Amino acid sequence: MSTSIRADRLRAASRSVTLLSGLTILIFWTVCALFGGALVRMDPFADDLLRTLTPPSAAHWFGTDQLGRDVFSRVVVGARDILTVAPLATLLGAAAGTILGLVTGYFRGPFDAVASRIIEAIQAVPLVIVALLALAAVGTSNLTVILVIGFVFTPLIGRTVRTAVLTEADLDYIAAARLRGDGAFSIMFIEILPNVMPLVLVETTVRFGYAIFFVASLSFLGFGIQPPSPDWGLAIAENYSLIGSYWWVVMFDALATASLVLGVNLAADGLQSVLE
Amino acid sequence: MIASFLLRRVALSLITLGLLSVIVFMAGRLLPGDVGRAVLGPLADARSVANFNHQIGADRPIPIQYWDWISHFGNGDMGTSFVFRSAVGPFIGDALANSLKLAALAFIIVVPLGVLGGVAAALNVGRLADKTITLLGQTLGVVPEFISSIVLILIFGVWLRWLPMSADWPDGAGPLTQIRYLILPSLPLAISFFGYIARVARTGTVEALDADYTRTAVLKGLPRFTVLRRHVLRNALLPTITVAASLVGYLAGGLVVVESLFHYRGIGSLIYTAAKAKDFPMLEAGVLTVGALFALASLIADMLSALLNPRLQPGART
Repeated sequence: MSTSIRADRLRAASRSVTLLSGLTILIFWTVCALFGGALVRMDPFADDLLRTLTPPSAAHWFGTDQLGRDVFSRVVVGARDILTVAPLATLLGAAAGTILGLVTGYFRGPFDAVASRIIEAIQAVPLVIVALLALAAVGTSNLTVILVIGFVFTPLIGRTVRTAVLTEADLDYIAAARLRGDGAFSIMFIEILPNVMPLVLVETTVRFGYAIFFVASLSFLGFGIQPPSPDWGLAIAENYSLIGSYWWVVMFDALATASLVLGVNLAADGLQSVLE
Repeated sequence: MIASFLLRRVALSLITLGLLSVIVFMAGRLLPGDVGRAVLGPLADARSVANFNHQIGADRPIPIQYWDWISHFGNGDMGTSFVFRSAVGPFIGDALANSLKLAALAFIIVVPLGVLGGVAAALNVGRLADKTITLLGQTLGVVPEFISSIVLILIFGVWLRWLPMSADWPDGAGPLTQIRYLILPSLPLAISFFGYIARVARTGTVEALDADYTRTAVLKGLPRFTVLRRHVLRNALLPTITVAASLVGYLAGGLVVVESLFHYRGIGSLIYTAAKAKDFPMLEAGVLTVGALFALASLIADMLSALLNPRLQPGART
């Protein structure tokens, strides 16, 4: 018996370790995103054509890029755009997806069937490709990236919420609410929504991880955050051809992206096991 | 029973593909508003924009345009590229062949490794090896392909100089040289799938280890290795094969990034270049091809699991 208690404690500890380390990374980059400009000694946009592509040194910790800009400052400030676009896209998808899930799960019927087919059709193509198609059509800006990712997330989050709503809708308290004469709107948003909220929260954090992944990938492909932003994916795309001789112009941006993605996923994982 | 299941499954895939074609068509012809303006740019004069729209038939009613496009598609005519002014079909064919090579190599690398990792984790459930493999797989799975590509290029291309940094092999290179050029691009794809395959293999193995037939085999006094090979692995690997087949469709997303990064002319870089150039016929054909590939892959995955599942065999009592 004592071993099982210890195992439980260990599990709880490892859970919180996951959540805490994820949150620490996430908070670190959020601080960089919010106050990065004030934290760095050098202007991330100031070029210095006499000091281009210098290797890491005491003056420039991460070296300088093709235009002589300080890579360290750019990496710190580079958190800003991805940490604006990805959360907004996720929130949009979560809000619209939750509504979609509530409505399709509650009303079922033909509307639900049609929505399911359309979701399957969109899911038949990887998200990056759907986003490329949409962004090629509407043009790329931070706003369109937010809208496209939010739009693509909507059916995915909606489907998860719908499954939960389907089980909730069969429970007695819903029948009771109906007998009381509550309208569909108040049943969906006042009765069902609070009960599926933990699931929505978990789904949203998981999707946030994907959003970071997509925004970074799209920016690398030139369909995400646009110059002159010091965004990491964008910086890697701009400097990638120099990788053979000047590793520092891509490596720190790559490590920053990897750490952010990891942080978000650790936090999502930790949150998931804490809530379950 | 299998036949009716498969028939229903094929019909569903066709409906999905049909819907996808409508979505793709709308994205390509409706979202830009004026296709001619989107393609020729803001500086082109109104007459050439109108001319272009007339040439590609964008001035006709939408349903007619869609029907025209999809019926030609059904006959193997994928349209004419805005950029190359020639048929899209051959481009798609070549690109698909190249991508299949790259994908095949990635799968040859990742499936054995993933299965090995998953089985090793399952045999050590709850211990350090299990946790390490699970955490590693999860971590590698969430890192964007362009990041793992950059790190791999830095290590194996720049610092160690073991492998070429692009997939652009010299003309007339033999199969072995081609494989050498494809190792680096295939690794990021393999890395992103490792955790997924390992997880399925782990779950399958854990379940098989717990099953009655395994206990029977152990109690019969069979050696541990024989039990593993004959009873556990055989049952554990079936779901893994199914999952590996269904991953083929998802692979295309990674291909967009990896092929562009390594200058490899596959379906991913074709879609990417077409999106950059707003070459909508090429883009639409590329996206629809990926959708068809995905539908085919998941159909094969379903067929495999139906064929391998004893409960769905003809004559099985359910």
